[in-house]
Amino acid sequence: MIKKILSSNPLIMLIFSAVVLSAPIWLTPLGANYPDLLQKFAIFGIFAIGYNILFGLTGYLSFGHATFLGIGSYTAVWSFKLLTMNILPAIILAMIVSGVFALVIGYLSLRRSGIYFSILTLAFAQMAYSLAYSVFTPITNGETGLQLSQQDPRVLDAMAGIAVTDGIPSTNLFGTLIKSMDGYFGFYVAAVMLIIAFYISLKIFRSPFGMKLRAIKSNQTRMKYTGFNTRPYLLTAFVISGMYAGLAGGLLASIDPLAGAERMQWTASGEVVLMTILGGVGTLIGPMLGATIIKYFENIFSALNDSELHNIFDFLPAGMQEFMVTVVSPFVGEGWHLTLGLVFMIVVIFLPGGIMQGLNNLFGFIKRLFGLGGSSSSAADTVSKGEAS
Amino acid sequence: MSKKTPTLDRRGFLKASVATSMAAAAPMFFIQNSYAGSHAKTFRNMPKADAKSVTLGFNVPQTGAYADEGADELRAFKLAVKHLNGEGDGGMMNTFKPSALKGNGVLGKKVEFVTGDTQTKSDAARNSAKRMIEKDGVLMISGGSSSGVAIAVQGLCQEMGTIFMAGLTHSNDTTGKDKRRYGFRHFFNAKMTGSALGPVLKEEMGTERKAYHLTSDYTWGWTQEESIKETTEGLGWKTVKTVKTPVGAGDFSQYITPILNSGADTLILNHYGKDMINSLTQSVQFGLRDKQVNGKNFEIIVPLYSRLMAQGAGKNLQGILGTTNWNWALTDDGSKAFVKSFGKEYGNPPSQAAHTCYVQTLLYANACEVAGTFYPPEVIKALEGFKFDGMGNGATEYRAEDHQCFKDVLVVRGNDKPTSQFDLLKIVKQVPRSAVEYEAKIFGGELGPYKV
Repeated sequence: MIKKILSSNPLIMLIFSAVVLSAPIWLTPLGANYPDLLQKFAIFGIFAIGYNILFGLTGYLSFGHATFLGIGSYTAVWSFKLLTMNILPAIILAMIVSGVFALVIGYLSLRRSGIYFSILTLAFAQMAYSLAYSVFTPITNGETGLQLSQQDPRVLDAMAGIAVTDGIPSTNLFGTLIKSMDGYFGFYVAAVMLIIAFYISLKIFRSPFGMKLRAIKSNQTRMKYTGFNTRPYLLTAFVISGMYAGLAGGLLASIDPLAGAERMQWTASGEVVLMTILGGVGTLIGPMLGATIIKYFENIFSALNDSELHNIFDFLPAGMQEFMVTVVSPFVGEGWHLTLGLVFMIVVIFLPGGIMQGLNNLFGFIKRLFGLGGSSSSAADTVSKGEAS
Repeated sequence: MSKKTPTLDRRGFLKASVATSMAAAAPMFFIQNSYAGSHAKTFRNMPKADAKSVTLGFNVPQTGAYADEGADELRAFKLAVKHLNGEGDGGMMNTFKPSALKGNGVLGKKVEFVTGDTQTKSDAARNSAKRMIEKDGVLMISGGSSSGVAIAVQGLCQEMGTIFMAGLTHSNDTTGKDKRRYGFRHFFNAKMTGSALGPVLKEEMGTERKAYHLTSDYTWGWTQEESIKETTEGLGWKTVKTVKTPVGAGDFSQYITPILNSGADTLILNHYGKDMINSLTQSVQFGLRDKQVNGKNFEIIVPLYSRLMAQGAGKNLQGILGTTNWNWALTDDGSKAFVKSFGKEYGNPPSQAAHTCYVQTLLYANACEVAGTFYPPEVIKALEGFKFDGMGNGATEYRAEDHQCFKDVLVVRGNDKPTSQFDLLKIVKQVPRSAVEYEAKIFGGELGPYKV
């Protein structure tokens, strides 16, 4: 009975929402409570959750998902330029346009599987990046990046009689509801989107559709022999994850209305793969954890310098302090990639199931410690496995 | 307990609405005054009355094609902070006039700084600037080395209400079509380069040349190409072709081979940093400079020069014409004081990037002292139209209409008989301010509001 309640959708959603919305409180001791980073946590969480629907469920490793993130951003900025500063149309358009691109790229790439699929998506992504960087300069403004200007038409805003007198107007949600996407407002908008995105992902994980995707992962040939045409399911998963990426891109642009081609570079595509693997492929919240950890490293570790390290190791005697600072300093600041690489290696070697596997082992250990019996599954267990019982 | 399909049923809808309303209400609990209006005269990152220090943010490229310039800019920033806090020999603080700086920090508060890496990418630069503003609470952001980045960060600073003192950025757009109320540029721009270079080109290369442009594919390259084309075509030159190259390309041979058969007799390299070092070195290796075309010696022009690039390009740069904002070999008091103090600190003379960043930091600090507050609109008003001297460029003015500094421009040539490893550029001509001035309105753009 308890098991049933613990793994029920409403409870999981309740806990998830509480954790996400209270992030500004529990991230304060970690030095991560500032709007920009919180927004990144939420947005890249969405990106990773969406990516996981493709990679986690079907096992198809796409190396080109940043393309859809970039397309989402460009679409959203164009919506701000041409239609309105309201973020809702921008986000919806971003999802639709990246969905269309995902349909085309997915249709072509999914003719192959395994490494060939990965290479195809990578090729498409590099193509999109190069196009955005140079050929499509009139649409993307190339290296400089697409930006707003005061002279933009903003047709819908003009029709609603919103006159722009001084400076570039800020992105908003229906003008009065949320006047500016700056700071914590931006985070809460992204957080609500994250919760909705998570809910949809939860539903997909626990639906027959999710089951079919998992069947593709475990043995596609057998599935075909039983009479299933797997291609439509794969394509649907690909388009859904592309739209998630588009949503993330649209949100990025809503909070900071600028779109640059580097958002589509292969490193950005690789990043989401890292996030998913680090957190735990195919688990519900693993990818989000991975996204949070990577963004935390990128923003906090990269900004540490020697003087701050001295503060951290202040409690040690002088000699030890010097020693610790010397040892640690190559791993922070510009060396944060090194730390991330090490963490990634450790996780992949010792916890192939990602951080979620580590957490599960920990829960299992605690349960055995209190003699609660090994086989019953807790909420965390269920969430991590995303079982479709 | 299993659900059939991911459709939005009644329960799902209820759950979603509960989640949404919770989220909308959440700011009430977590942030004070989240739904209240902001008060007058308070501003982002306003230092408390009893705060002992204020923080400035230095956002420079530490990786990528412009990393050398970024490293030198950072050295200059650190030196400027030292001088502002009354440490070291004071450098240009002693020659800068009219100066309100006291050498005890700014408005009695010690100056501290944080740094960030722009990676020469707009996205990364904005992230790093945002981190400085939101987490580290900086009052001003400075730095640069790429106009694309400078424009992106300047736009952000306008939105956030934080003053941006641009470092090295040479695109016309920075103070042209993309100018902002909160952005200020001490460095010169492509338009001035064109005006300064024109007469010298006419004198040395005549009026009948065919030019071929290789251009960095971003805002700076575009505007420089435009300005140089305007100048050279004004002289009577023809433009054979303009080719855009990606930033950080590394290998330019595929762009250089077509030049050999294009019929052009002049190559104009709108490149900077490592790009320029690579493209110039490869052009020389391809034998361009030994060629005779249309009965004339083939010439290469690098409109924007810097000593750091000269160091990288070595012998290939000898005899090549270009312009620069400042050179350490200048003999006015300000330049001498700065070179001395920089040399003592780091053992080599400063680059023009270092110079402009140092000057910008001092100018910001001075404007705060003049305004008597850190309140950005007042500081901006103190900077607008500010006339000063003793900073190495002679009499200089921050034009109020577009926040562009106007001062003399140097036309330089790669030195063929260097006396030291730093003596790489020879000053050909010091073009007076009046010759490079232009109307502020020719580029369009809007500064935007004082108060955001």
